[in-house]
Amino acid sequence: MKKLLIALLSAPLLAFASGAELHLDKAPDRSRDFAALQNGAKVFINYCLNCHSASYFRYNRLTDIGLTEQQIKDNLLFTADKVGEPMTIAMRRAESKQWFGAAPPDLTVIARARASEFGSGSDWLYTYLRGFYRDDARPTGWNNTVFSNVGMPHVLWELQGEQVMGPDHKLTLAKPGLMKVEEYDAMVADLVGFLRHMGEPMANFRKELGVVVLIFLAILFVFSYALKREYWKDIH
Amino acid sequence: MAAANAEKYKTDGTAAGNLLEWVDARFPLMSLWNDHLAKYYAPKNFNFWYFFGSLALMVLVIQIVTGIFLVMHYKPDASLNASGIPVAFASVEYIMRDVPWGWLIRYFHSTGASAFFIVVYLHMFRGMLYGSYRKPRELVWIFGVLIFLCLMAEAFMGYLLPWGQMSYWGAQVILNLFTAIPFIGNDLTLFIRGDYVIADATLNRMFSFHVIAVPLVLIGLVAAHIMALHEVGSNNPDGVEIKKKKDANGIPLDGIPFHPYYTVKDIVGVVVFLMFFSVVVFFMPEGGGYFLEFNNFFPADPMVTPPHIAPVWYFTPYYSILRANTVNFFWIDAKLWGVIFMGLGVMVFFFLPWLDRSPVKSIRYRGPIYKWALGIFVVCFFILGYLGMLAPTPGRTLVSQICTIIYFAFFALMPIYTSLDKCKAEPERVTG
Repeated sequence: MKKLLIALLSAPLLAFASGAELHLDKAPDRSRDFAALQNGAKVFINYCLNCHSASYFRYNRLTDIGLTEQQIKDNLLFTADKVGEPMTIAMRRAESKQWFGAAPPDLTVIARARASEFGSGSDWLYTYLRGFYRDDARPTGWNNTVFSNVGMPHVLWELQGEQVMGPDHKLTLAKPGLMKVEEYDAMVADLVGFLRHMGEPMANFRKELGVVVLIFLAILFVFSYALKREYWKDIH
Repeated sequence: MAAANAEKYKTDGTAAGNLLEWVDARFPLMSLWNDHLAKYYAPKNFNFWYFFGSLALMVLVIQIVTGIFLVMHYKPDASLNASGIPVAFASVEYIMRDVPWGWLIRYFHSTGASAFFIVVYLHMFRGMLYGSYRKPRELVWIFGVLIFLCLMAEAFMGYLLPWGQMSYWGAQVILNLFTAIPFIGNDLTLFIRGDYVIADATLNRMFSFHVIAVPLVLIGLVAAHIMALHEVGSNNPDGVEIKKKKDANGIPLDGIPFHPYYTVKDIVGVVVFLMFFSVVVFFMPEGGGYFLEFNNFFPADPMVTPPHIAPVWYFTPYYSILRANTVNFFWIDAKLWGVIFMGLGVMVFFFLPWLDRSPVKSIRYRGPIYKWALGIFVVCFFILGYLGMLAPTPGRTLVSQICTIIYFAFFALMPIYTSLDKCKAEPERVTG
């Protein structure tokens, strides 16, 4: 009987020898760094929000990361007229599909969608945006380490420069860009931080509220347990 | 049950007393109160496992209340909005962002679905530990299994509503199972789907069933479950009938009134449950990808099949059983065998009261064979659940086939091993 149980318990281990691994770099946490999130929002609006929409995210939600409505109006409002409007784009999906092979996806919740057993969605995006390399076999001239044969060209190439993939599958910077490697990585971290913030703008508040709720429940537990003890003291 | 000549409430002269007398003369308020709470005598020795009945009821209330508010803003519409996003998917994000406290209501509902299954699985396991399905509680158990069935239907249809990739392709996999039925399969599937592919018609009918039809049935079944329970009385961890030993007033010696004793005790259970529930809702609402699958944050796209389609965790044991059937035999396709065994895997619980031939009810007095059988069954259930989340490989399929055989052997061989088991003598009274 025991042997059967041991065999039964060890069998799955055999079966779960895993398949393909995806190595992702850990994205730095920017969730409470407003300056970084604002920089990320600036990069997002300048570089991404021409082909990609963020159609569930309203401009005035940027006030959550410390911007005023006037600042948003003066500096960031390119694709809409009013700060209460969502971040939509003018490009038509049917046309963008023709141009790129697939319509660029909406990015509002991309940081949540890209999570997997290999890492958080932020990790995926952080690796992805730093993983473009030259590939002449691709129509755009670019390929990517975590998203092979990606339809998007390397939009940030001027900043990062051009990477090439060596025979050992390691990327090297063949042609430097306007930014140093550390500067580029920090900017991508800010951008990813903003994408994550956009995916769930209430995440920080949610956790703060959770602490209050748990403290309340802990106090309620003490009283409810005392009430139970009082009623049950005669039951043996 | 409320006797026709039950004593009616007499006023104590206060305004509240007068009102109560007026109502009680026209409605069986006091007899309902007494039959189900104040004079319903429950065994005094309920342990940890007996929290999950009242918790299931509370989760049902959470789901209904949060569901009512979600319906106010959710739109069951598969058409694309100006940004090319399905309206249903966008409306969920609208709830998450623009509806005041919408995110909280939505996370309560999505976490509540998983919590419901955790609580119900534990509640069912309690029944198997202490033989709660045995005579005279067969109908209590059968109503319970029907609730479990309804819950599965409810969860499946609810999962389609956010209209993400996993909603869409999970539903595709499950609805296509109906095509395995001989002769009528394809037509039946078309009838259920309402279109040649999963589309707006499917979403709308699932919405209708999820918010109206199934909840109505569910509430009726819960009422029947509780009425049947209160007719025969609760079992307890010793599996002995407290109604056999009564005092001069006809009150079971080991019974205590449900209210206030178990109401105050269940409040403690509710608070502890809410602590666990809040940890998920506030700190990990995706439940590590098990409660809200990551892939479901991509809107449904009929043109892009995800590389790996996995149902939510609570269906994975049955999904594994489905996939474990890989052989065609008896002129029947492996897929149909899979559907048959998956269905049987749930239906077999109906027969539990008659499969169990043990002279005792509770695991406390059962012999070693049942303890081992139940232990191995639970291990297999977990392994099947785990494998159901992973993509199949030959090794995994073999393990799930072994576990499927053990799953069914637990039930099929039960009449034999329970009658062979060396049980201890049950006590006369509960042991505390």
